[in-house]
Amino acid sequence: MADNVKEYSTNDFKSEVVESDTPVLVDFWAEWCGPCKVIAPVVEELANDYEGKIKFGKVNVDDHNMVASEYGVRSIPTLLIFKNGAVVNQIVGAVPKEKITAILDTVI
Amino acid sequence: MNRKVIIIGSGPAGLTAALYTARANLEPLVFEGSQPGGQLTITTDVENFPGFPDGIMGPELMDLFRKQAERFGAECYFEHVTKVDFSKKPYTVWVGDKEYNAESIIIATGATAKMLGLENEKKLMGFGVSACATCDGFFFKDKKVLVVGGGDSAMEEATYLTKFASEVVIVHRRSEFRASKIMIDRAMNNPKVRVMWNSSVVDILGSQEKGVHAATIKKTDTDESFEESCDGIFMAIGHKPNTDLFSDVLKTDSNGYLITASDSTATNTDGIFACGDVQDHSYRQAITAAGSGCMSAIDAERYLEDNNLNK
Repeated sequence: MADNVKEYSTNDFKSEVVESDTPVLVDFWAEWCGPCKVIAPVVEELANDYEGKIKFGKVNVDDHNMVASEYGVRSIPTLLIFKNGAVVNQIVGAVPKEKITAILDTVI
Repeated sequence: MNRKVIIIGSGPAGLTAALYTARANLEPLVFEGSQPGGQLTITTDVENFPGFPDGIMGPELMDLFRKQAERFGAECYFEHVTKVDFSKKPYTVWVGDKEYNAESIIIATGATAKMLGLENEKKLMGFGVSACATCDGFFFKDKKVLVVGGGDSAMEEATYLTKFASEVVIVHRRSEFRASKIMIDRAMNNPKVRVMWNSSVVDILGSQEKGVHAATIKKTDTDESFEESCDGIFMAIGHKPNTDLFSDVLKTDSNGYLITASDSTATNTDGIFACGDVQDHSYRQAITAAGSGCMSAIDAERYLEDNNLNK
């Protein structure tokens, strides 16, 4: 796991994501999810590309199901993009990198 | 750079074509598309791929396919081809603005789960509507879900969902299933599963904020309609071939499947070959896809040789 994509938990989700000054992309995933393994390296690449502009993190839905259900995640992988504490965009399923960058470029 | 072969797709067909063309020193470039590994990456146990007597997980099997192709030099990219030009040689494919040329093309784009075509289905996709039980079943712990369909994939999804859901209702528009007996037995012997025969889903009720809460069901025999409460709906109503990019140049049948010459994977355009589910509506197995991928690779190799393009 690249250290530029941080693992968030139920405990630090509020301080790391909701109260963050910079936009945050959160990848909801699980060990047993095939498409999640496809999107994970893409998220890591994006974390490098957008370093300093957008924070990147992930939530393991097995361990932190409360966070997933609070934000209505019912499918993984789901990427939620937070700005000023609110979800401004969401991407469901493994999608090519360009589709994510197109959305990220609108939030910075 | 002019490639000898470009492969579009990365399921069993595409990656077997990649393995064979790589071993033939054709240095294949593989565009994996939006679902690298293909449909098997959203299944669980694959019990019928020879060589794995204890079964193997779909994503794991596809990982092995890719590694084997890469070992011989196949280059695999997680990119989605957006446009092609098969009207002049060398052929051109685009990924966004990036252009790639090749003397031959192997199409292995597979098929995608069909949806019902309801407006709310699209809106609620990922919010209670799903085409992948193994991806999303987890979110329906102790909930009630519907599975729409009557084939093997509907039985598999229904059986899988009983691990999480409290109740699984299979909604099927006919009075009998077309699934195989072993799959039907497995689903029907599960006490959590029940069937709603002669029924089709005509609307899905819910919101992105709160998820799905019900479906409107219409009886196909009596035309009577009613609401059935549920927390999730899983679609398993068959597949459609991914041929939108090529259908104006390559010949397809009435269902959109690419047509290949008999005993060959050649399409109606010189140097363009098709393998796997994109040209097969009848077998649709990992092993048959892999077999036709191998055929495509050999067909492409012969084509390049015969036309002195293999330098």
